[in-house]
Amino acid sequence: MNALKKILLGEQGLVVIFAAAFVIVSLFVPNFLTERNMLGLLQSVVTIGIVACTMMFCLASRDFDLSVGSIVAFSGMIAVMVSNATGSIPLGLLAALLCGAVVGFVNGIVIARFRINALITTLATMQIVRGLALIASDGRAVGINDPAFYQLALSRFLTVPTPIWIMLMLFILFGFVLNRTVFGKNTLAIGGNPEASRLAGVNVVNTRIWIFALQGLICGIAGILLASRITSGQPNAATGLELSVISACVLGGVSLAGGRAAMSGVIVGVLIMGIAENVMNLLNIQAFYQYVVRGLILLIAVLLDNLRSSAAGRRG
Amino acid sequence: MAFLEFNHISKGYPGVQALADVSFSVEKGAVHGLMGENGAGKSTLIRVLSGDQAADNGRILIDGEEQKYGSVRDAFHAGIVVIHQELQLVPELTVAENLWLGRFPAKGGVIHSTRLIETVRTKLEEIGIDVDPSAKVASLSIGARQMVEIAKAVMLDARVIALDEPTSSLSSRESEILFSLIDRLKAKGTVILYVSHRLDEIFRLCDSLTVLRDGRLAAHHSDITETTREQIISEMVGREISNVWGWRERTLGDIRLEVKGLSGPKLRNPIGFSVRRGEILGFFGLIGAGRSEMARLLYGVDARHQGQVAIDGVVVLPNSPKAAIKAGMVLCPEDRKFDGIVQGRSIEENIAISSRRHFSPFGILSPRKEAALADRFIARLRVRTPSRKQDIINLSGGNQQKVILGRWLSEQGIKVLVIDEPTRGIDVGAKSEIYEILYELAAGGMAIVVISSELPEVMGICDRIMVMCQGRVAANVARQDFDERAILTAALPDKNAAGTI
Repeated sequence: MNALKKILLGEQGLVVIFAAAFVIVSLFVPNFLTERNMLGLLQSVVTIGIVACTMMFCLASRDFDLSVGSIVAFSGMIAVMVSNATGSIPLGLLAALLCGAVVGFVNGIVIARFRINALITTLATMQIVRGLALIASDGRAVGINDPAFYQLALSRFLTVPTPIWIMLMLFILFGFVLNRTVFGKNTLAIGGNPEASRLAGVNVVNTRIWIFALQGLICGIAGILLASRITSGQPNAATGLELSVISACVLGGVSLAGGRAAMSGVIVGVLIMGIAENVMNLLNIQAFYQYVVRGLILLIAVLLDNLRSSAAGRRG
Repeated sequence: MAFLEFNHISKGYPGVQALADVSFSVEKGAVHGLMGENGAGKSTLIRVLSGDQAADNGRILIDGEEQKYGSVRDAFHAGIVVIHQELQLVPELTVAENLWLGRFPAKGGVIHSTRLIETVRTKLEEIGIDVDPSAKVASLSIGARQMVEIAKAVMLDARVIALDEPTSSLSSRESEILFSLIDRLKAKGTVILYVSHRLDEIFRLCDSLTVLRDGRLAAHHSDITETTREQIISEMVGREISNVWGWRERTLGDIRLEVKGLSGPKLRNPIGFSVRRGEILGFFGLIGAGRSEMARLLYGVDARHQGQVAIDGVVVLPNSPKAAIKAGMVLCPEDRKFDGIVQGRSIEENIAISSRRHFSPFGILSPRKEAALADRFIARLRVRTPSRKQDIINLSGGNQQKVILGRWLSEQGIKVLVIDEPTRGIDVGAKSEIYEILYELAAGGMAIVVISSELPEVMGICDRIMVMCQGRVAANVARQDFDERAILTAALPDKNAAGTI
């Protein structure tokens, strides 16, 4: 009993739970462990997974970003509209990335430089950006003119669709950035003790601005891939994405109080969210129940996290 | 030759002139004390030195060269490191990462992790600090964390190190390590600016001394041996204080509080004592001796294993603070900022928070009665504030403590007052006022338990002292037998080491 508790509440507790759940689901849910379903599963978490990479930095530095869903929709729109208008896909993609980065940069400036609460700031930009997407498209989906745009989502490399490759590359990249670079360590330091970081000479304001700008840029990538997959720019795409992404991060052990984050945890968090949905689809459970299950998973995750930190506190 | 020079430094905040035309200089390789009451401008001066805040006027010179920096980072490069009183470490990072924070060894943004650990390991061994560089700071004791903080300055090969109250959370053994470290830095020619309230330390370590008062230079002693404690105290307060303690004989009554065999999870050995009406009983011990744990058990914050608590002969056994208050026992906690005051709320609310239930039928507050209550205690305890509506965070430590006392005195039927570190971080002038309040309450028949890690304080104000050591009562000394050496000896875990203190 005690040994079990130790494993579950230890550093790798979540990975253990995830592995156990995966095995059980593979054994009991028909069609789960097939190549086709696995790729489908990964494809379904691409948007959440990509955005979770930078949300992890945001949460680790004690910040918060609610505007990610809107940025994803907006930058997807921009990619399609600019591509259609100029006839050049690269130009469209560039414009989308730029728009995402600019929104994130504005978030960062307002939050870090003008010291406005991140929750309120991004709640505001979330609505502003969603509004801009609706205005630009007049509230309708914008179709893609050049079929080459579809190839972004449809093309495959070694039988695996490109978006999955991009997600995996971003996982590796941001895992490295978090653990092995000055930027990553500064992010954790700012979340752990902002005053100490400032007094140690870390440029706290600029680091926070960069985190938000990076978050916007990455949302731009997610937006482009999403638009390509749904073959149009949808002003209402990715609603509620911010909550799924934050859930996945918290599931993965990222502390909302800042200072604690691990890429492996976030990946597991993203996969748990994906598997729960996938299994419910395979078992033909009505979509409405999925909200309840997602909520329950999140609650269990934070309770577990709480137990884990108090266990760590006793040890210390 | 003057190495570090402050030249006509002035700094104002809205409504306060924190520093006004302060000039003094420190020799190379000297430990220079900086003293003054809270609010005298020491912290502001250190902030200006650290590059955290710019002075309105004036210049800082090091080795004859004017220092112009706009940030903490610039100050680092100029070789100036400030170690703040509140530890500035990131608990989630490792010791090595904390020591390198702000200037990680990196190439193209990628951290060189072996160099990170190894440089720290060498440096820690060199200065004799026994801490694992790859351990997370969260897993270290407070004392070890302080050592890490000091190692930070050594790592930087700083020319000037300012230490702000470095020993406030150290045990005497850890303080000794710190002092020998300071001696070694001094021998290397480092200038050390040492801020402390503790005169013993100042006299032991410092070569020279500056006293600030109300943002102005009150005195500068280029040779500390030519001054005395009494002189420094009067320079700090600007008036003669013949006796800070002001203790006087009181008549003691019957036993008011009686504790028998009290023990709990953090205090395994049962402890017993009694306090009479009008008596002030002191609990002295080093950090970790179990004094605060005892107070928490008594007050019902932590669960008891066993034991009996009686007030006026009636067994009360409080199992929550609320029950303790009802039984007539209150606690002024050690950590005033976090466990005492309610930050962001007014003085009025901080006073009425507990006693308002007596005049708020069905939970409906009476603003008129609360205001009257607040005004009564502000006047009685001489809280210095423009208004009862003032946010408590804006008050000085001494005035905050008075408000906490006001909170309890406004309760009904308080018979026992437990006060943990009554004057920590409170300046000399306000200290005597707090003591006066305690004497007044004792004279009124209250039983008072004072917990303090400052020996002069417990010896100065208490009628009797219980000395604690490693969770046990090591001695029980009446006032006529007070002896500094004997009490310290009893408090030390390793009795043989007493000779070195």
